[in-house]
Amino acid sequence: MVQLLVFLPLFGFLFAFLFGRKVGHTAAMVVTTGFLFVSATLAWIIFIAWGFGDAPTERIVLMEWMISGDLEIDWALRVDTLTAVMLVVVCTVSALVHLYSFGYMSHDPGKAKFFAYLSLFTFAMLMLVTADNLLQMFFGWEGVGLASYLLIGFWNDRPSANAAAIKAFVVNRVGDFGFLLGIFTLFAVSGVVQLDAVFAAGPAMSETTFTFLGMTFNAVELACFLLFIGAMGKSAQFGLHTWLPDAMEGPTPVSALIHAATMVTAGVFMVARMSPLYEFAPTALAFVTFIGATTAIFAATVGCAQNDIKRVIAYSTCSQLGYMFAALGVGAYGIAIFHLFTHAFFKALLFLGAGSVIHAMHDEQDMRNMGGLAKKIPYTYAAMMIGTLALTGFPLTAGYFSKDLIVESAFVGQNFWAPYAYIMLVLAALLTSFYSWRLVFMTFHGPTRAAADVYKHAHESGPVMLIPLLVLSLGALLAGYVFVHAFESDPTGHFWNGALFAGADNHVIHDMHEVGTLVALSPTFAMVIGFLIALVTYLLKPELPKRFIEKAPRFHQFFLNKWYVDELYDFLFVRPARFLGRLFWKNDTQVIDGFGPDGIAARVKDLAGFAQRFQSGYLYHYAFVMLTGIAVFITLMIAFDRGIL
Amino acid sequence: MTDWPLLSILTFLPLVGVAFILAVRGDDAAAVENIRRVALITTIFNFILSLGLWFAFDPADGGFQFVEKSEWIPGLISYHLGVDGISMPFVVLTAFLMPFCILASWKAITDRVREYMVAFLVLEMLMIGVFCALDIVIFYIFFEGGLIPMFIIIGVWGGARKIYASFKFFLYTLTGSLLMLLAIIAMYWHAGTTSIPDLMQADFPVSMQIWLWLAFFASFAVKMPMWPVHTWLPDAHVEAPTAGSVLLAGILLKMGGYGFLRFSLPMFPDASQQLAWLVFTLSCIAIVVTSLTALAQRDMKKLIAYSSVAHMGFVTMGIFAMNTQGIQGAVYLMLSHGIVSAALFLCVGVVYDRAHTREISAYGGLVQRMPWYATVFMVFTMANVGLPGTSGFVGEFLAMVGTYKASVLTAFVAATGVILSAAYALYLYRRVVLGPLEKEAMRRMTDLDVREKFIMVPLVFFTILFGVWPNPVLNVTDASINTLVGIVAEKTGTPPEGPQIDASQFTAAHGSSADAVARGMEAIGMTPPASGHGEGAAETHGASETHGASETDAASVTHGAAESGDATPAAAEGEAPGTETPGETNETQASE
Repeated sequence: MVQLLVFLPLFGFLFAFLFGRKVGHTAAMVVTTGFLFVSATLAWIIFIAWGFGDAPTERIVLMEWMISGDLEIDWALRVDTLTAVMLVVVCTVSALVHLYSFGYMSHDPGKAKFFAYLSLFTFAMLMLVTADNLLQMFFGWEGVGLASYLLIGFWNDRPSANAAAIKAFVVNRVGDFGFLLGIFTLFAVSGVVQLDAVFAAGPAMSETTFTFLGMTFNAVELACFLLFIGAMGKSAQFGLHTWLPDAMEGPTPVSALIHAATMVTAGVFMVARMSPLYEFAPTALAFVTFIGATTAIFAATVGCAQNDIKRVIAYSTCSQLGYMFAALGVGAYGIAIFHLFTHAFFKALLFLGAGSVIHAMHDEQDMRNMGGLAKKIPYTYAAMMIGTLALTGFPLTAGYFSKDLIVESAFVGQNFWAPYAYIMLVLAALLTSFYSWRLVFMTFHGPTRAAADVYKHAHESGPVMLIPLLVLSLGALLAGYVFVHAFESDPTGHFWNGALFAGADNHVIHDMHEVGTLVALSPTFAMVIGFLIALVTYLLKPELPKRFIEKAPRFHQFFLNKWYVDELYDFLFVRPARFLGRLFWKNDTQVIDGFGPDGIAARVKDLAGFAQRFQSGYLYHYAFVMLTGIAVFITLMIAFDRGIL
Repeated sequence: MTDWPLLSILTFLPLVGVAFILAVRGDDAAAVENIRRVALITTIFNFILSLGLWFAFDPADGGFQFVEKSEWIPGLISYHLGVDGISMPFVVLTAFLMPFCILASWKAITDRVREYMVAFLVLEMLMIGVFCALDIVIFYIFFEGGLIPMFIIIGVWGGARKIYASFKFFLYTLTGSLLMLLAIIAMYWHAGTTSIPDLMQADFPVSMQIWLWLAFFASFAVKMPMWPVHTWLPDAHVEAPTAGSVLLAGILLKMGGYGFLRFSLPMFPDASQQLAWLVFTLSCIAIVVTSLTALAQRDMKKLIAYSSVAHMGFVTMGIFAMNTQGIQGAVYLMLSHGIVSAALFLCVGVVYDRAHTREISAYGGLVQRMPWYATVFMVFTMANVGLPGTSGFVGEFLAMVGTYKASVLTAFVAATGVILSAAYALYLYRRVVLGPLEKEAMRRMTDLDVREKFIMVPLVFFTILFGVWPNPVLNVTDASINTLVGIVAEKTGTPPEGPQIDASQFTAAHGSSADAVARGMEAIGMTPPASGHGEGAAETHGASETHGASETDAASVTHGAAESGDATPAAAEGEAPGTETPGETNETQASE
């Protein structure tokens, strides 16, 4: 069953990619989408069997991958509750996005290819979440990177899309560099990459040291830290986040699937999957908390200043991923995965809703040119409202449960950065509420700022686009309430069944139920304040933001330009790389060749030219040379004879 | 079948093709077509024969197989051929690439077709000979002989600066080889034999090994090529016709790596060990510097040539890691690179045949007109980048993982190549294939024709097949490489170190992740956390105390504790042979 689930999207990809042009667009689209719906159905069956039926962890070996000395790696699928949760997220959102794309991509000539890539992505993601060893996880890890590259650059006649695609791939590779070194470290210390064996080696590794670049580290801390660099790249955490906003160049269904619900959460999944190691690496976990909390607040501040509807949601994703990492860092793995689960629904909903808006507005993405759309596209408006409520954590929506749990876990967390995380997360909750409502008000309310004919022709999307919105809306409303008890249960309880691991001194799950009311309500207060600010500044007194920008232009520019991180990287890495490239090339052609072959050839030529001058044809020249030669020769002989030389 | 002198047939069969080609009379279109067909049939036939070699090869045997030996100059040189798991894949790769070279030249070469095909067939003979030779003099003859046809191919059918490029190529490689010749003579005087298997057994004094190693290194480093003696390669590639580039990148470069494995490692193990730092340094420089250089290139072929140098950096690094993964990765990467870089040069050839320029800036937007080409090029680009699932990844990963065990710093620097390769390869792809279709010349481009598809599809197939299922190749090389690693370890007296923690006992797993941790904690004597929901908080708490204590101890007491010999609990448990034992020691101390 799992094999079928994982490989159906691959077959869909092959069919659509190889035969798409022969069988026509419609066939390719129907087949890929149909396969995905089968996969999604299977995913829910598996989820129920493992999450609520106590099915034991299963490993299905497909075939051998590589065997080299003591390194043995299989292609194998591993199914436990953690995997099952991810299967549900990936397959459900992917199936809905496939369906949605029927409408969204209906005018695009490359439909078959688009669906093929979507299925390829889904396959790679499924390989990632079912991996039974680190290398297969890396296969999926890079596979989703490839699919993301292809889909961001799907409209490949746009230079900006191509640039964004390369940026996404290369920045992700920086993370992968860390991930690879993490795998190397684990293998060098323990000789295995299979997950169970790595987990079993964890306790011993926590008492082993490893020398890395001249410094001695605790082996498990080092490995976890390096693996987390990979997670930072894939999940767009602060420092390696720069690719995610640019990735919005891709078609909107792609943003919903890859850059909101699934791929970017791979890092969260990985850390949760490796929780048996991370539990022995308190310092690495503290770092995870720090990065998560920093990202949450950083992305939220930037999100408040953006004007592109998709970029606002992209930064929101970035920020929410920060929440998840903060929870992972304090050891609340189940809670992080819970937020991953609910976030997938409401963030995909927001993206698809934004896609519906963009579709209605004929590819307009700038919110400054929108407004007053609520009457024109009421269903989309309703969906976006639900998504916003869930994102901001309105009581009883999905986000309310998961986000509040994260804030509480940060409050009771034991590590050094946990208090910092708590403050940052509450502040970020305020900003989240502000930018989310700002988006809603700017897009749907107030007088319209759109061009008259665009506004006139704005129309609601068709049913293929609205049905996914409906399903996701249900998820965004109900997923939290229905599943909260399952996800917040003990790692060894009936739901998780040991898929996660909590060390003996990890009491976060127990402690968080005992926090004070004030702490428990703090994110809700923050949300209300954020809402009120947005209400005042964007609905009641819309001239306020403009005045604010005029008063403090630097302040606004700083956030509008994303803290100038891109500029900094350009200055630190991109330009030097190009400069060095040119320099080394010059070195090749001028220094090495100059002293090497070209230089020697030139000297030989000079020497030949010099020797040639003796070939004058005059007898007395030759006689002179001969005499000189004899004189030198005799002198040398005498010198040798006397022992002078 | 095995009674036949299979290797001699494989080596000299191309000469039969040469005879046929020379027998074709006339220079009209029909005759030229016949010459091409003869060459193609010869190479295909040779490839089929080489498959026979593959299937008849016994992968469990680490020694030489299909050995043929007869006296040539009695007491001095013998005609001695044979293959082992290291050389056999290269023979097959050579035979595999030849038909593609002939096909790629079908339309591109219209001038002196007869001589061109003869040169290629002679080159094939010499290349196969290099990998089969078991006598060092025979090896040298084939090794050097390969220069001549390649020199002619570049010099006659090359581009604008062909004379400069061909001379540069020739002088560079010849200089290196002369030093190798001196070393060969010295080895003969010392060991009294020229037979490679005998020389592997010979023991050269360490001081002599250093000199011999350096002399061989000069030759092989130029061939690889390693930084800083790589500058001939970009010029040679740029000027060579497509098929010439394919063989240059696909096979000729591999002779250097093969030489390291055949001579440097087993014959001069002490020198290899002592000078490994030199190779590591040069490899690191090669990977970083040439990757950055590739980023700055404006000529497609130069860019791919520089990327080849970077990949060869991984190869040399893996070889001198001197452990199974490193060497196996190096061999695998060479084979993979043989397919992928050859395919990339063929991809350049495809557009060069249409637009007659290799300037990157002259292209753009090809995807709009050439979807097939865009797909194929994408696959090879990704293989070049080392995406998992393509053959490039397996080699790079194994080479890096092996090196990581030998030298963390080297592997660290090399891993930055993972980032840089993505940058230059995708940057090339973007400028050539993606983007809007703006240039007039690009609008007239046509997609791959049947002949080109026939070339590309098998290469794509193998690139992916060897990415997801590398075992057939790894399996073939396994025994020989283990033998090689064994020889080196024995001669240098440093047995390969196992990992610090032997976790392989835990691989046959059952139960959940948490169960796995519990097994691991039990094995080193920690108390696993209580399982089950809400079971006895006190118990859990107690466990946490011990855990904390053992951790603080672990920080202060490291391996010394294990050596001091107070590890009785581990022996009693008997579950973890080879496991590091400070855990138990600490535990006992903590509980006492």
